[in-house]
Amino acid sequence: MSTPAVAASPRVVIQAADFDLSHEVAALRAGDRRVGAVCSFVGTVRDRNDGDAVSTLELEHYPGMTERAIEQMIDEAHRRFDIFAARVIHRIGLLQPLDQIVLVVVTSAHRGESFQACEFLMDYLKTQAPFWKKEQTPRGARWVDARVSDDAALARWGIRSGNAAPG
Amino acid sequence: MRIELRYFASLREAVGHAQESVQTQAATVGALRDELIARGGAHAEALARGRAVRTAFNQTLCDETQALSDGAEVAFFPPVTGG
Repeated sequence: MSTPAVAASPRVVIQAADFDLSHEVAALRAGDRRVGAVCSFVGTVRDRNDGDAVSTLELEHYPGMTERAIEQMIDEAHRRFDIFAARVIHRIGLLQPLDQIVLVVVTSAHRGESFQACEFLMDYLKTQAPFWKKEQTPRGARWVDARVSDDAALARWGIRSGNAAPG
Repeated sequence: MRIELRYFASLREAVGHAQESVQTQAATVGALRDELIARGGAHAEALARGRAVRTAFNQTLCDETQALSDGAEVAFFPPVTGG
């Protein structure tokens, strides 16, 4: 008999603090004997972007909407894939190269569903969750441009996004 | 009706504030954007047609045909870049 994978912790966390991958993986699958696969993705701050050195990265979000949007993405992941649980942690505030930005963890019985759901959640988040990055470079501070390639990544899942469209 | 406006990221910097309350007769989010553009100055520049401006209605992404309702929260922001 398996224990329901209802985690005590929320599915979506937006925080300034860093996170611990091992801790989050252990927490998400704790006591759930159905789990045969855990997939995680960690996004980190690069030291270069669009050809320039990046010294700091500041992340802004839309409190309330961001959490709600990611909750809906996780609901959609549950509809599409046979997964047991998913958790997303996204950091905000001032970060620098080497810092972790985002974590997605998914559990399932078999690896395929976790792999897919993890990538789906990241593709969705990149184009639909209200976060904005401002980077500091030797040429000054600038807001990071959205990428058409991220809309294309979401299109693979049959979801249209015009986030990076010019108008 | 009264609408609570929110601005984020480069739009927030361009208009000079993060939120404001407005009285409007605009029927849609797009008509409200046009009203704000008609103010001129920073709003006209930041929200100008042809610029990549994304919109949310009551904290859900929407397009400019979204109908307004009294007390709603409408947000304007640039394309998102999280993750």
